[in-house]
Amino acid sequence: MSIFSDVPQAPPVAVFKLTADFREDSHPQKVNLGVGAYRTDDSQPWVLPVVKKVERLIVEDDSLNHEYLPILGLPEFRSASSKVALGDDSPAIKGNRVGGVQALGGTGALRIGAEFLRRWYNGTNNTATPVYVSAPTWENHNAVFADAGFKDIRPYHYWDAAKRGLDLAGLLDDLEKAPEHSIFVLHACAHNPTGTDPTQEEWKKIAEIMKRRKLFVFFDSAYQGFASGSLDKDAWAIRFFVSEGFELFVAQSFSKNFGLYNERVGNLTVVAQDNENLTRILSQMEKIVRTTWSNPPSQGARIVSKTLNCPELFAEWKGNVKTMADRVLLMRDQLKSKLQALGTPGTWDHITQQIGMFSFTGLNPKQVEYMIKEKHVYLMASGRINMCGLTTKNIDYVAQSIHEAVTKVQ
Amino acid sequence: MSVFCEVPQAAPVAVFKLTQDFNNDQFPKKVNLGVGAYRTDEGQPWILPVVKKVEKIIVHDDRLNHEYLPILGLPEFRSSASKIALGDDSPAILENRVGAVQCLGGTGALKMGAEFLRRFYNGNNNTKTPVYVSAPTWENHNAVFANAGFEDVRPYKYWDAEKRGLDLAGFLGDLESCPEHSIFVLHACAHNPTGTDPTQEQWELIAEVMMRRKLFVFFDSAYQGFASGSLEKDAWAVRYFVSMGFEMFCAQSFSKNFGLYNERVGNLTVVARDADNLKRVLSQMEKIVRTTWSNPPAQGARIVATTLNSPELFIEWKDNVKTMADRVLLMRAQLKAKLQALGTPGTWDHITEQIGMFSFTGLNPKQVEYMVKEKHIYLMASGRINMCGLTTKNIDYVAESIHEAVTTVQ
Repeated sequence: MSIFSDVPQAPPVAVFKLTADFREDSHPQKVNLGVGAYRTDDSQPWVLPVVKKVERLIVEDDSLNHEYLPILGLPEFRSASSKVALGDDSPAIKGNRVGGVQALGGTGALRIGAEFLRRWYNGTNNTATPVYVSAPTWENHNAVFADAGFKDIRPYHYWDAAKRGLDLAGLLDDLEKAPEHSIFVLHACAHNPTGTDPTQEEWKKIAEIMKRRKLFVFFDSAYQGFASGSLDKDAWAIRFFVSEGFELFVAQSFSKNFGLYNERVGNLTVVAQDNENLTRILSQMEKIVRTTWSNPPSQGARIVSKTLNCPELFAEWKGNVKTMADRVLLMRDQLKSKLQALGTPGTWDHITQQIGMFSFTGLNPKQVEYMIKEKHVYLMASGRINMCGLTTKNIDYVAQSIHEAVTKVQ
Repeated sequence: MSVFCEVPQAAPVAVFKLTQDFNNDQFPKKVNLGVGAYRTDEGQPWILPVVKKVEKIIVHDDRLNHEYLPILGLPEFRSSASKIALGDDSPAILENRVGAVQCLGGTGALKMGAEFLRRFYNGNNNTKTPVYVSAPTWENHNAVFANAGFEDVRPYKYWDAEKRGLDLAGFLGDLESCPEHSIFVLHACAHNPTGTDPTQEQWELIAEVMMRRKLFVFFDSAYQGFASGSLEKDAWAVRYFVSMGFEMFCAQSFSKNFGLYNERVGNLTVVARDADNLKRVLSQMEKIVRTTWSNPPAQGARIVATTLNSPELFIEWKDNVKTMADRVLLMRAQLKAKLQALGTPGTWDHITEQIGMFSFTGLNPKQVEYMVKEKHIYLMASGRINMCGLTTKNIDYVAESIHEAVTTVQ
């Protein structure tokens, strides 16, 4: 008899199950449009040239060792990361009221931020504070906040399936009706999974209500640079909120824009009212980090830090990021053209209007099932596709398959 | 008014504060006997030659990329790490009932194990199950389990200050009188901070009571190989418990024995009754990992896996480990000899009887204060010293300082 005999089998994470099924499929024309990682036009992972270069510099640098990093992480990484999000000339940074917690990817940054808020926001250990996540959102948001102890996680209106765009009225209404001090998880750009972001005017409306109703701003920024090709453009919303005087958190991930998925490079940027508040916050962040991973891993942070802090490498990196963003934009463009050329029923403008890695195709679950089972084109049940999975070699097959799904399956 | 104005300042982690004070000290003869990291005879951090070699191999291996690792980590790391703990020929491994979760150092492994046990051990979400940690123990044990949700973290008798050794009777007494199913955190070897381990006979007595009273075995193994110089010797207790049929956890750290402190290389080895139970346990571990760090960092795990899985590199590593262990043993022998030569009151046999990085000197808080303030020798308030901080250059000064502290301060 095992002490674990009552432990139930947990279901697999959907997106990884999809990739596992894809791997086992032997169909020669199979396409994986599931998990969110960049692929080249040869369907290969891409180690950024600047990353390869910096890895070599690091291994040859005899001044480096493997001693523990500080609990909050590599100082030059933290400051450079926050600068990338907020801008070099950020008044908040100059005002010494911005800090960073090096974390394990975007997930780790969200988790540490959530743990802090559950302990110290809106009263002490107030697990009843509502946390709002967009409908739909990244599949892990809900669980991260729930495991941090929050008992009330709710959706806010976001995706309008009928018009295939942002449900602004619903979103603003939820902001007006949410209990004061509720926490809102906002996607800084390239919304996952819809690819649909508020316009600047829409962000302004969102900010006005959030300030008036004292709602907490928690940005999730996983695609800065990757979405439009421009770091500044992709950070506009964050910088606007900071300029409006919000105290806020930004969970930054460098998984996608540095292609450093498996080195777990993230940063929780904290914008506080002043340095005194910031100091106390960071001291409590240390306590949370200490009982979770003690101190963060060095390799990825060193790569990012070296790159961001060196003008030539920084320029090279931006070039690499633009390469990725441009390929995605090209695939968006071509997919839309091909669907229009095929005369596939429906409008396909959303494919080029949406931004970032993902597109919400609008395919329904039956059509998705057809795509997978009959065409061996793997996508999420929600109809989300990863544009990076498209290449000049497979795009005709994918367009053709979507056409079939839409015309044959209701 | 800040939303964070009520957040209190957290006290710094003692061992890091000590190092900070040391760093700020200008005294030319200062010595840091605080934080637990290996130092060479020049007082420098040491990158193991085998690690340097493998890092170069990795950076030049163009087959490697930065795609996400599986949630449970790099497979070849997990299996080789568990083999190190349990032995190549472990029947439990051959029976397919041993699994592992790659974690963020020993801390991360303890955290994952604790989170799992709180959810699924001794009933569902039973936060009242007592968790016993040794008195004294690593300063972070208590907080890791508390933050995982356990409400009742208690000490078990361990250190006998009078006789400067193991309080076996007290320890066994606690095992007999604790509630059934209580969780016990056991130090696999090189107990931190006392350096005092049970003998094999004593472990057998401990195991007998634990089996009879259905207590949960959670080993913390941070010094395998580092303690005696022999991987097998340092894993004797872990392997004995496995051979006795326990289902158990072992949190392994490769920070010290690979000198990879800042790459956060750890492994939670899970020994279950059979493969089916193991499978369900690991599926739930995935859920916990997913909301904490999603998937673990690659660099450190690749270094360790490459080393452990290559016969030549493995031998080179064992040799590097022995280099470190031998230097510590030399410093132990010399410190004892010098104190005896000085005629310092008291017995100093415990310095060579204790094992691993740390020694519980027996200095009281006043004497410790004298050491830090008057002699600029930094050690923990408990009297714990890190033997790695001793070198042939500073050992005379340290011995004399201890002599002064013992003779002039009561």
